[in-house]
Amino acid sequence: MGEVSSVEMNDVREASKRLFRTRCGVRGMWAIYKKELRGYFVSPIAYVVLTVFYVLMGYFFFNFLAIFSEQALYAAYQAAEYGNSPPAMDVPAQVDRNYFGILSTVLIFFLPALTMGMFAEERRRGTLELLLTAPLKDGQIILGKFLAAMTVFLLMLLPTAVFQVVLHRFSDPPMAWGAVLASYIGAVLLGASLISIGVFISSITENQIIAAVLTFGCFLLMWVIEIAARQTGTLMSEVLKYLSVLSHYEDFTKGIVDSGSVLFLVSLCVLGLLFTYHSFISLRWRM
Amino acid sequence: MSVIEVQGLTKRYGPVTAIEDLSFQAGEREILGFLGPNGAGKTTTMRILTGFIPASEGNVRLSGFDIREHPWEVKKRIGYLPEIPPLYADMSVDVYLRFVAEIRGTEKARARRRLGEVKELCGLQTVGRTLIRRLSKGYRQRVGMAQAIIHEPEILILDEPTIGLDPKQIIEVRHLIKSLGERHTVLLSTHILPEVSMTCQRVIILNKGKLVAVDTPEGLLRRLQGGERIFIRFRVDRQGPSDGFDPAEVARVPGVRRIVREVLGDSSLVSLELEVEDDQEVRGRLAEYLVGRGWKLQEMRSVNPTLEEIFIRLVTEEPVA
Ligand SMILES: Nc1ncnc2c1ncn2[C@@H]1O[C@H](COP(=O)(O)OP(=O)(O)O)[C@@H](O)[C@H]1O
Ligand SMILES: [Mg+2]
Repeated sequence: MGEVSSVEMNDVREASKRLFRTRCGVRGMWAIYKKELRGYFVSPIAYVVLTVFYVLMGYFFFNFLAIFSEQALYAAYQAAEYGNSPPAMDVPAQVDRNYFGILSTVLIFFLPALTMGMFAEERRRGTLELLLTAPLKDGQIILGKFLAAMTVFLLMLLPTAVFQVVLHRFSDPPMAWGAVLASYIGAVLLGASLISIGVFISSITENQIIAAVLTFGCFLLMWVIEIAARQTGTLMSEVLKYLSVLSHYEDFTKGIVDSGSVLFLVSLCVLGLLFTYHSFISLRWRM
Repeated sequence: MSVIEVQGLTKRYGPVTAIEDLSFQAGEREILGFLGPNGAGKTTTMRILTGFIPASEGNVRLSGFDIREHPWEVKKRIGYLPEIPPLYADMSVDVYLRFVAEIRGTEKARARRRLGEVKELCGLQTVGRTLIRRLSKGYRQRVGMAQAIIHEPEILILDEPTIGLDPKQIIEVRHLIKSLGERHTVLLSTHILPEVSMTCQRVIILNKGKLVAVDTPEGLLRRLQGGERIFIRFRVDRQGPSDGFDPAEVARVPGVRRIVREVLGDSSLVSLELEVEDDQEVRGRLAEYLVGRGWKLQEMRSVNPTLEEIFIRLVTEEPVA
């Protein structure tokens, strides 16, 4: 009888300890997250990235809108000239295909700016020593930082929904929201995996410029893979196509939420974070 | 029970052995000094104790917790000021200290109370809203100290806390450390000797990763007073500057081991500090010798070796412990 209750007591104690730990951990992660987010907005990085991004994407959007509306008009005009019925042209869909296509290219220029200093600066300034000697788990530090970068990225993405509202307002028949939603899901997943790669690269160097260049180079390489994958229908190109981040992202911009593509991008994101975790462990051995 | 217990600690970086087989203890509310020249392994030891880097071999128990088995418990009980204060330049002092309290797991209400206390203790009341970037070196060091104690740790580990400060700031920081020693167990590293004699109850001397001696500052002094030193000043009658006087001649007097220091004053005044075997007899022989040469003895007195010299001897000679 007495034994049973002591075992139970131990269980309760263990459980409460675990609970306390997770609570503490979430709190620690929240602290890192807030600090990181604050850092983006105290330095000009966030403002510069957000402003230039909005301006660029606005430019691309209205440019595509103008080009495709004009094409549609011209086609309709020609058809009328020859007495044919106007060709079926889905202007909103074409604008969005191109718009989300260019978005991925713009991201490879902007996302390295969000991740370059993440760990490189902490290492250079010696503040990593503060974080790693606090009762925080490595995972909590990494996740807090990753989520902060994701937040800025979402702040980049969110206001661009205004363009879609404009498109919706002026399209007749009304455009399909489903495809837009799919594109946004794709963009978020693409951003998350690119950011996680950036986080990893930032953890392997003390110099944030080197981190930025390496990250950018890595992204460019991924784009090169995509171009190579487009060649011919050889086995090699099929493999490359499967490995290409962009070809998976492209599925989303076509309005398809393919579970394989979701899995691919999510795995890439998790992989980047796991690599960062291991880079932390080896960092401790080298310090 | 010792608050800090280190057993056979070794750290290797590839072929380089940074510290080797280090063992020591520190009791409750003790200020323990860690003294050694650059590269002795002070930072490495502290980084292991704080859980920043793993050891290659050996055991560390802090407040009874093994750092490998219960890193979490240990980290909660430690305050650490690294060699370079880990500050975020674009935070204000208040924001920074609040952040540190948060990652150290301090409850909100307690953190708020501690913020005021710690700022008062470290003399930061007037700079709470100042960006750390705008603070002087001395103030930054105080912020570093404040972050180390905000969560009321049992153990404080301070890596060269006075490095790069001006003399006035050094005195302030030393006072602060002494007062912290009343509440915490402090492990303090330095390569400046007066620091340990002024603040520490016990000193560990480290050289090339090995423990050379552990003692109180007074104990070290006593232990090394075996070899006496005397200071003599005398006037050499000489006609020209190249009279041919060689201080080494004095070293040939029986009982004189070596000349520690020589100061040549104006053309004929010579001051020497000698290490001698036995004070009483050597004095007579020295005086005799000088008179025999026709030199005029002006001063002769014994010199207590300063800690500085003990330190140099400790790290250049064989282990004495
Ligand atoms: N990350 C590292 N990689 C290789 N050697 C290191 C590393 N850190 C320290 N060392 C070596 O370990 C020894 C002790 O260094 P350290 O602990 O910094 O000494 P101290 O703090 O007493 O000046 C030095 O010889 C140093 O070169
Ligand atoms: Mg050092």
